[in-house]
Amino acid sequence: MVPLTHVIIFSFIIFAIGMFGALSRRNVFIVLMGIELMLNAVNIALVGFSSYLSNVAGQIFAIFVITVAAGEAAVGLAIVVAIFRNRFTVNIDSFNLLKW
Amino acid sequence: MSWEQIIFYLFAALAVIFAFLTVTRRNAVHAALCLIFCFFFIAGTFVVLNAELLAAVQVLVYAGGVVGLMLYVIMLVRGEDASQVKQALGQKIIAAFISVLLVIQIGSIVYLSFAGKATGRLAQEMARYGNTESIGTLLYTKYIFPFEVASVLLLAAMVGAIVLAKNKLER
Repeated sequence: MVPLTHVIIFSFIIFAIGMFGALSRRNVFIVLMGIELMLNAVNIALVGFSSYLSNVAGQIFAIFVITVAAGEAAVGLAIVVAIFRNRFTVNIDSFNLLKW
Repeated sequence: MSWEQIIFYLFAALAVIFAFLTVTRRNAVHAALCLIFCFFFIAGTFVVLNAELLAAVQVLVYAGGVVGLMLYVIMLVRGEDASQVKQALGQKIIAAFISVLLVIQIGSIVYLSFAGKATGRLAQEMARYGNTESIGTLLYTKYIFPFEVASVLLLAAMVGAIVLAKNKLER
């Protein structure tokens, strides 16, 4: 049996890598991929606790997280396409119209 | 060390390596391909943790759907060569510092709270019904309202994505 601590540590290493990608990169696609990695890390933690507590509810929450992540990816990519049509770039530094 | 542990650590290490490759590649197409491999290995760890249905859903929805959609959009908007601009080093250092700090902080908390506890208690309960059946039963009885809300959310996301990505709004 895998110790619970190792599952949670694995989950948070993936979360930290995703956060590093979302914070440090300027390509908007890699920022989106970082967000997907962070959502996946939460899924790992939920599945680990589900296995530890002997309760299936954790896996059901993970399914809902996957649902929301799919919707988020679709809307995010549509926004990227809409911005590219106006600005002809995917560099996140040029998305500064709402900056004050 | 049992075979379950060996497989878990192998898949976890490969998932971490491919996740790191994803966020460091310069070319966005390479990053997306690394992300597919990362999701596959995460699905492998789900199998070890008695979540077979979730592993299948992970491969179908993430590796098949989300990353496929991302690859289409990257090729559509020529995103693969977008990071030719000079990347500021300070931003990377600050991001790495915050991420490492988070791992150390949460790792110490987890070790203080959950040390010596093992996963896998789900396996005995699952032996009677099976993973898919017990999840389906719970999803359509106790969690029926969140299930319906998720369907409305997906509909809203679909309509929003179509409206945002449409070329011209005719009125």
